[in-house]
Amino acid sequence: MSRSEDQSSGLNAPTIVEVQPNVARQITTPNKVSLRDRPKAEKLLSVQGLSTHFFTPDGVVQAVDEVSFELGYGETLGLVGESGCGKSVTALSIARLVPNPPGRIIAGEITFDGIDVLRLGHDDMRQLRGKEIGFIFQDPLTSLNPTLTIGYQIGESIRQHMKLPQKAAYDRVVELLSKVGIPRAKDRLNDYPHQFSGGMRQRVMIAIALSCDPKLLLADEPTTALDVTIQAQILELIQTLSQEFHTAVLLITHDLGIAAGMCDRVNVMYAGRIVETGTVDELFETPRMPYAWGLLDSLPRLDDVRGDRLRTIEGLPPLLINPPNACRFEPRCRFSRDICREREPDLTPRGHELHQARCWATEPDGWIA
Amino acid sequence: MTTALSESRDAPGREGQGLIEVDDLKVHFPVRSGIFQTQIGTVKAVDGITFQIRKGETLGLVGESGCGKSTTGRALIRLREPTAGTVRFDGVDLGSLKSGPLRRMRRRMQIIFQDPYGSLDPRMTVGSIIAEPIDTHNLAKGAERRERIQDLLRIVGLDPKYVSRYPHEFSGGQRQRIGVARALAVEPEFIVCDEPISALDVSIQAQVLNLLTDLRQQLGLTYLFIAHDLSVVKHISDRVAVMYLGKIVEVGPPEIMYARPGHPYTRALLSAVPVPDPVSERRRKRVVLQGDVPSPVNPPAGCRFHTRCWLYDKLGQPEECRTVDPPLYTLAGDHQAACHFAQKSLESDVGVAHIDHVPVRRGTPEAALASIRPQDGGVDAAEHLVAIENTSLAEAAHPPGDGSAGGHGNGTPQN
Repeated sequence: MSRSEDQSSGLNAPTIVEVQPNVARQITTPNKVSLRDRPKAEKLLSVQGLSTHFFTPDGVVQAVDEVSFELGYGETLGLVGESGCGKSVTALSIARLVPNPPGRIIAGEITFDGIDVLRLGHDDMRQLRGKEIGFIFQDPLTSLNPTLTIGYQIGESIRQHMKLPQKAAYDRVVELLSKVGIPRAKDRLNDYPHQFSGGMRQRVMIAIALSCDPKLLLADEPTTALDVTIQAQILELIQTLSQEFHTAVLLITHDLGIAAGMCDRVNVMYAGRIVETGTVDELFETPRMPYAWGLLDSLPRLDDVRGDRLRTIEGLPPLLINPPNACRFEPRCRFSRDICREREPDLTPRGHELHQARCWATEPDGWIA
Repeated sequence: MTTALSESRDAPGREGQGLIEVDDLKVHFPVRSGIFQTQIGTVKAVDGITFQIRKGETLGLVGESGCGKSTTGRALIRLREPTAGTVRFDGVDLGSLKSGPLRRMRRRMQIIFQDPYGSLDPRMTVGSIIAEPIDTHNLAKGAERRERIQDLLRIVGLDPKYVSRYPHEFSGGQRQRIGVARALAVEPEFIVCDEPISALDVSIQAQVLNLLTDLRQQLGLTYLFIAHDLSVVKHISDRVAVMYLGKIVEVGPPEIMYARPGHPYTRALLSAVPVPDPVSERRRKRVVLQGDVPSPVNPPAGCRFHTRCWLYDKLGQPEECRTVDPPLYTLAGDHQAACHFAQKSLESDVGVAHIDHVPVRRGTPEAALASIRPQDGGVDAAEHLVAIENTSLAEAAHPPGDGSAGGHGNGTPQN
C-alpha cells in the first residue's frame, strides 16, 4: 500500500485516496456532504454517468465511460467482462480508490445509501470504507500484511470503526473467524498470513470485509487465484454470509459460470461501457448483444459434445484512447452494418425496462429479430 | 498397484499400441532443512501412476494445484527424472537412453507451457525462437530453414512477416501461438500441453483451443492435455484422467465419466465447476469439499481422499477407506475408478445435474447466424485469421496499462 496525494480540481474532480488505515491524514478538503445527513434512499447504490479516465503519456484512456447502474439492498449484481473492460476500475471508483495520478473520476454521480460519495470529505470516506463497504480482492496474499498477525488485521477495522472495548473486539474477531470456517479460530489468531493456504487467506479477507457488517461488499475476482473446489467453498461462504447479514454484493468476475450461480442481475462490460444488463435468466437465455453471444459461445461447457468447434470472437478489444463515435464492439462483430460504424448505440430496453442492450442490430427496428 | 489401465489397450474398437506407456511412475522431491540441508521428508508429487496414451489420442489430465499433473507431464518427456517406474515412448524406455539417443528421441515429443509471457525469451526474435529447435536438431539450413519458419507461423495463424519481431510486441494469445509454432518446429508426434490456455482471456482461450484441435487433425498429433478446468478438458480429450495427491483416481471417456463419475472426488470436482446456465446452477446438487488438499509430504493412509470424502462420511466412515489404498477398478470398458465404493458413487446423483438438464442454448441465436451477410470475396477461415492478426499486431505493441484496455481496434474484415 502506498500513500497518495489528495487532489481536487474543479467541481467534478473529487478527492481520491488510497486505503491507508492508521495513518492520520493531514490534508483536508471542503466537506461538502457529511455522513450524518443522509436522506432515505430507495436503492443502496446508484451510479449515474460515471466516467473514470487515466491520463497517461500516450493519451487519455477512457477506462470507464458513462457507466450507470443501480444496486438494491441485499442484491447481488455481477460485473462481467474480459481484462481491461473497466470492471475493476468501476469498483475502485465507487470506493474512490482509483490511483491518482494517473486516474481520475471526471464525471458522474455515485450515491451510496443516500450519500453523495463523490462529494464526501476524506475522513467520512474512510468511515464509509471498511465500515459500510467491505472489500475482497483477487489476490489474498498481497492484500494481507505479511508482518501482522491475522488476528490484528481483522481487529484493525473493528477497532477503527466500531470502537469496541478490547475484550469485545477480541470476541468479535474469534466469532468472525469461526464464521468464515477457520477451524480452531482462537489458536490461529496469532498466526501470520504465510501460515495459511490460499483458500484460508481468502477466508481471512472475507472476515475482514464483513467485520463491521457492511451494507455493500465489493468482491473483485474473489476466487480467480483459487482451485475449483476451494472456489466453490469461498463462493458458498460469500453467498450464505451475504444472505445472513443482508449485504449487497457487487461481484466482479470474468467467469460467466460464477455469475450464473451467484448473481441476481448481471452487467456485461466491454471497452469501458456497459453493453448489456438484465437478470441472470434473461442474460443467459436471451442475450441481446453480439459480444454477450460471443462470450457465451466461446466457453467450453460441461454439456458440450466433444469435438465441437468453439465459436470465437476474433481480434482484440480496442485501445481506449480516443475511441471513435461508433459501436466499440463493431470491429469484432460479425453482424455489423454501416450504422454501427457511424454512431454509437445507446443502452435501450429489450422486452422490458430492466433488460437493456447497446446494439443497433437488436433494436426493435434492427436487422436481428 | 494400479495395473488395470494397461489392460484397456485391448479394448474393442481400438487398435494399435500405446504411443506412451507409463508404468508405476513415481517422482519424489526431497525436502531439506537446516544448515546441512539434511533431508527431513519427501514430497511425493507423483506416487505410482500407470497409464498409456494411444497414438492419435488426446488424454486430458485434470486435478487441483499440487496434485502432480504438471510433474507427470514433465516426467513423460524426461524433463524430470522419475524416482521409480518407467516411461516408454513408442516401445523405448526413455530412462535407459543416453544423451545422444535421448536428444534424437526428444525430436518426437514437445511441450507447450502455461505462461505465454515467461516461456519466450524476450531478447530473441520470433524467428529465432522458432528456429532454435530446428537448429538444435539440424533439420534445415539456409533458405529451407527460413521457409520452414514462415510455414510454421502460417500454420499457427500468424503472419510470416513477423519473424523479426520480439515477444513483447504480441498479445497473450499470439504468444501462445508462437509457443505452439516452436513445439511444432521439429515435427513431433507427441505434445504435452501444460495448461496452455489458463492464462488467457475467455474469448482468446477459444481461439487457441480451436487451433490445437485443428492441428491435431491436420498433423495427426497425440496430446497430453493438462488443465484444471474440467470443461476445457472434456472439449478436447478422448479420455480424461483425474489426479489427486499424486495418484490417478479415475480415468475414462468424458461422455461416460462426466455423466456417471465413479469416484467421489470426480463428482466433487464436477459439482464445483461453475456452469454458465442459471437454471442448472440452481438445480444441481453440490458437494462442497471441506478443507484443503492434504500435504503430499504426508499423504493420508489408505485412500488419500478419505479425509475430504463426502461418500466416506455418508457410508459411516468404513474402515477399508482408512487402511487400504484402492487400486483402479474397471467399471466398464475404458472407465476405471480408484474407489472401494465406486458402485455407490455411480448410483449417486451428486454434482451432475448439468448433464440431464437440457442446457440453455449457446449465445448466438440461430436467427442471427442466418442473418449474417454473405462474405465479400469468400475469404477462407485461415486467411481471415491471418488478416485479423495482422491488423491487431501493430496495436498489441501497446501493452495493457493498469485498468486500461488491451489491444486496439482492428479493421477486422466482415466474416
